[in-house]
Amino acid sequence: MNEKTGTFPEPALRLEEISKSLGGRLILDAVSLDLRKGERKVLIGPSGAGKSTLLQCVNCLVLPDRGRIFLKGEELDQSDNRALRLFRRRVGMIFQDFNLFDHLTALGNVGIALQKVRGLPKAEAESRAVEELARVGLEGKASMYPAELSGGQKQRVAIARALAMDPEVILLDEPTSALDPELAGEVLTVIRDLADGGMTMLMATHQMDFALALADEILFMEQGRIIEQGVPSLLLAPGSGTRTLDFCSRLALGAEGRI
Amino acid sequence: MLAYLAAVAGEAPYILSGSLVTLGVVCASLGLGFCMGVPLALAQVYGLPTARRLVAVYTWFFRGTPILVLLYLFHFGLFDALNLNMPALVSACIVLGLASSAYQSQIFRGSLEALPAGQFKAARALGFSSVQSVRHIILPQALRLSLPGWSNEYSILLKDSALVYVLGVPEIMTRAHFVASRTSWHVTYYILAALLYLAITALGLKLLRLLEKKTRLPGYNL
Ligand SMILES: Nc1ncnc2c1ncn2[C@@H]1O[C@H](COP(=O)(O)OP(=O)(O)O)[C@@H](O)[C@H]1O
Ligand SMILES: [Mg+2]
Repeated sequence: MNEKTGTFPEPALRLEEISKSLGGRLILDAVSLDLRKGERKVLIGPSGAGKSTLLQCVNCLVLPDRGRIFLKGEELDQSDNRALRLFRRRVGMIFQDFNLFDHLTALGNVGIALQKVRGLPKAEAESRAVEELARVGLEGKASMYPAELSGGQKQRVAIARALAMDPEVILLDEPTSALDPELAGEVLTVIRDLADGGMTMLMATHQMDFALALADEILFMEQGRIIEQGVPSLLLAPGSGTRTLDFCSRLALGAEGRI
Repeated sequence: MLAYLAAVAGEAPYILSGSLVTLGVVCASLGLGFCMGVPLALAQVYGLPTARRLVAVYTWFFRGTPILVLLYLFHFGLFDALNLNMPALVSACIVLGLASSAYQSQIFRGSLEALPAGQFKAARALGFSSVQSVRHIILPQALRLSLPGWSNEYSILLKDSALVYVLGVPEIMTRAHFVASRTSWHVTYYILAALLYLAITALGLKLLRLLEKKTRLPGYNL
């Protein structure tokens, strides 16, 4: 494990003891994690474990009650709205249900933040948006509205939208779990390309084979805590007796049971 | 019969030109209602608890008090007490506008609440400020959603505008009433007034439907 993380010397994202209560319940219990530049970590765990909440705490879409957040070694001042906006520009976010802007075309979805947040002139924002759409294989869909796109295409637009901001880290919250298996494939391909390009990623997923192929480290989360972490080959070694292995084998059984 | 036709033909242009005043009152109060209704709705949905409570009181007052009472209350009460010397036309537009803003705010509130929370979240995740998110992401969608309700508000406001005849604003109703009271053919003039209101309603609704069609999003069934 150390050898592996040793190949990523530069710090990218660091969370220290993030806690969050919602509705009087402790949802995140002092979660810490470290992500180095180019590193890919995958969050797994049962539904309700707090994965989405954790990902949204990273860029303070959900404000943590306690804990510190560092990007490239610099601490984020969570009470400073301007700092938060600058931070969010540097940390891309992909949602489970896409959250495309329904009133804008694919091109508009990718271009609007370039224009309104980064302040690029319209023409420049558009040509950059065209580039990003091409990167996710959607050059022909620029003028389509979200309601005219398939789920897989929507998620690829969402990825293009995040990439257009040139993020240093990307957070992905179960990017394929709202998709049929046939459509999930095209999104996974895009994510794999991103990973191959050296993008730093923190991803929650139930797609175990994909997680195994991609992850430098697996973080197993339950009841608001990371209870196991390590390289996939160790955590999931047959007979390792880890909770992660147990969870994954039950996940696999469940999947077969459904077919 | 001939005398009847001649008399009606003679008075008709006078009543007809009241349409312009009616249209002016309706447009001005719809506009005022819109300019106030949007921020009121935003305050009610995204504001602090104090702001929400203030908006609730405001909408309760203006939706709960009859327009007729409001017209007297503001024109002869408040504006007089403040020595504003407000022309009746202006008073009428302000009162109808304030009342309409209460109704419009509830139309917009419904639309804002109908938008998925993910829209706001996605905008902020890209680095939009709250104000930018509302302006570029939330409002364009909420206003589209509001159009059918807004068309309804237009036709209600148009009918309410007849009430301003109590202030003597020379709109359709005031003129019809004035002419009718001088002749024995009053029903004719009220029929004429009714036809004018119906025509303006039809025209406005047609325009609003065109706007709805123009702003409709492909594949989006809202
Ligand atoms: N706004 C909220 N108010 C109260 N409880 C919440 C809220 N959001 C999430 N939760 C609870 O927090 C827990 C973790 O949710 P979540 O982070 O979505 O888990 P996961 O993504 O791992 O499935 C769940 O039990 C959920 O019910
Ligand atoms: Mg989740």
